[in-house]
Amino acid sequence: MSNVRTDEAARTEEAAPVAGGRGPTAAGVRPRAKGMGLGLLAWLAGLLFFLPIAWMALTSFHSEEDAATNPPSVAASLTLDGYREFFGAGGGASPWPSLINSFVASTASTLLVLILALPAAYALSIRPVKKWTDVLFFFLSTKMLPVVAGLLPIYLFAKNTDFLDNIWLLVILYTSMNLPIAVWMMQSFLSEVPVAIIEAAQIDGARLPTILTRVVAPIALPGIAATSLICFIFSWNELLFARVLTGVVAQTAPVFLTGFITSQGLFLAKVCAASLVISLPVLAAGFAAQDKLVQGLSLGAVK
Amino acid sequence: MTATTSTPPTRAPARPSAPRPSGRLRAWATRAPLLPALIFMIAVTQLPFVATLVISFFDWNALYPDARSFTGLANYHEVLTDADLRKSVWTTILLTATVVLASLVIGLGLALLLDRRFRGRGVVRTLLIAPFLLVPVAAALLWKHVLYNPEYGLFNGILHWVGGDGATQPDWISNTPLIAIELSLIWQWTPFMMLILLAGLQSRDTELIEAARMDGANNWQVFRHLTLPHLRRYLELGALLGSIYIVQNFDAVFTITSGGLGTANLPYTVYQSFYQAHENGLASAAGVLVVIGSIIIATFALRVVSSLFREEVSRA
Repeated sequence: MSNVRTDEAARTEEAAPVAGGRGPTAAGVRPRAKGMGLGLLAWLAGLLFFLPIAWMALTSFHSEEDAATNPPSVAASLTLDGYREFFGAGGGASPWPSLINSFVASTASTLLVLILALPAAYALSIRPVKKWTDVLFFFLSTKMLPVVAGLLPIYLFAKNTDFLDNIWLLVILYTSMNLPIAVWMMQSFLSEVPVAIIEAAQIDGARLPTILTRVVAPIALPGIAATSLICFIFSWNELLFARVLTGVVAQTAPVFLTGFITSQGLFLAKVCAASLVISLPVLAAGFAAQDKLVQGLSLGAVK
Repeated sequence: MTATTSTPPTRAPARPSAPRPSGRLRAWATRAPLLPALIFMIAVTQLPFVATLVISFFDWNALYPDARSFTGLANYHEVLTDADLRKSVWTTILLTATVVLASLVIGLGLALLLDRRFRGRGVVRTLLIAPFLLVPVAAALLWKHVLYNPEYGLFNGILHWVGGDGATQPDWISNTPLIAIELSLIWQWTPFMMLILLAGLQSRDTELIEAARMDGANNWQVFRHLTLPHLRRYLELGALLGSIYIVQNFDAVFTITSGGLGTANLPYTVYQSFYQAHENGLASAAGVLVVIGSIIIATFALRVVSSLFREEVSRA
């Protein structure tokens, strides 16, 4: 990150003389006005992209009657009824079991990913095995295999072994879904640990556990945290596996959300409230991992 | 993989030289941390695919389990000649290409805007990322019910505001189902492209650009001859990663149209043919076809990733 920041600083310093040095005709006024215009355009684009979410948030605090008017009632009075309905006040199914399932599946699979990925990344960066790039690319290639291709055998396996509607099957599958991403990200974070420091610690007589906890961990920890958040997001969002492999007991929050609109009548405020509540963990995790998001999503190819 | 390339350790003691066994032991000690992850991945991702491949050669409907028989390539023949399935192949291509291209172009525009310094840049960046951080099902529900709904959706509400009582009130999803899905996906994926391209823009060689400006190059020339060539691989990367994710899209199709109105893509068709029609053999054949398509994209993707990767390694 640090080199990006200096990079930006360098560019602004460089931009200033250019804007000023446009010659007497431009007089430095037009470039500045143009810069402001472009800044304004960026703001407009940002607001436009955010508008649906803002509207969803507003609607979630409206009553069902106010939510379903045309033209829309922007200034209608606010209420928490949508949220109360979502949490089962109106006699509907409670979302808590599915939220807890999602939480268990996402957290457990993220922990399992860490347990598997950390040693693997160590063997691919700090003490690399031979042909470590080949191994790295094997992990990446599994990510490119479409999920649907393995769905049927997994379903048949689950059906014959009583693993259907079992949250731990999802934990295993989500782990396999996220492990390649985690290995790639961790590999790139661990390779940022300077070998010289590790060697110095070895010369001082430090053993492996000490080196890992005292030398490697402090440097790699922010990266490990970001990786965990990204794995959590992907597990939380997953629908296809959860939809096919879970039922009443193990259904996750996205599955709950798809089955949410069964009642006739007005439901807009309720849906908005539900969508927001279920997205909240992802929004929080995503903003927390913002800086490392690209790296995770591009499987470590972009830093 | 690594296990198969090494010679079996039993032969080691026969060798006369002493350091050999310890070297081999050390090699295994280096490999050991890698093995759990590797074995886990092979078991969970490769084995099911082999099973899919096997099932795809069988005529097998789950409702008639006794009538299972080997049919060779008949399922593939049926998949490739079935009008609905052929259409779903086409839908998949169209959906993926449209969403990837549109979000790349818009994402590039936004990345260029965000690459400049202006007041509140961090806030705008956060606003732009937000659509990508909505749970995909929630985003699809938002578009279907809150924006597209013909009676009280926001789009028709805005039309009503602008045009008064006589304004047209189109039924967006029924009129243009595929475009409706595409728009919602473009909205979600543009931030992803923007982030990748922004990272690309920020890795430009500023000295080179400065030198070009000294030589009198204008903004357009700098963009056309320096920025764009530099961004090429980031554009490729965005396009390929986007393709890999969007080819597999299930959530939006499932939520917005339930695959109706000619919007069923291959993942949805695979899901439907075994989950609802119980045609295991056909579903597997379709699944294998999805894999072949993905492998073609993935070969290119891996090449791009590996060239970026080697550059990173050589730079470090």
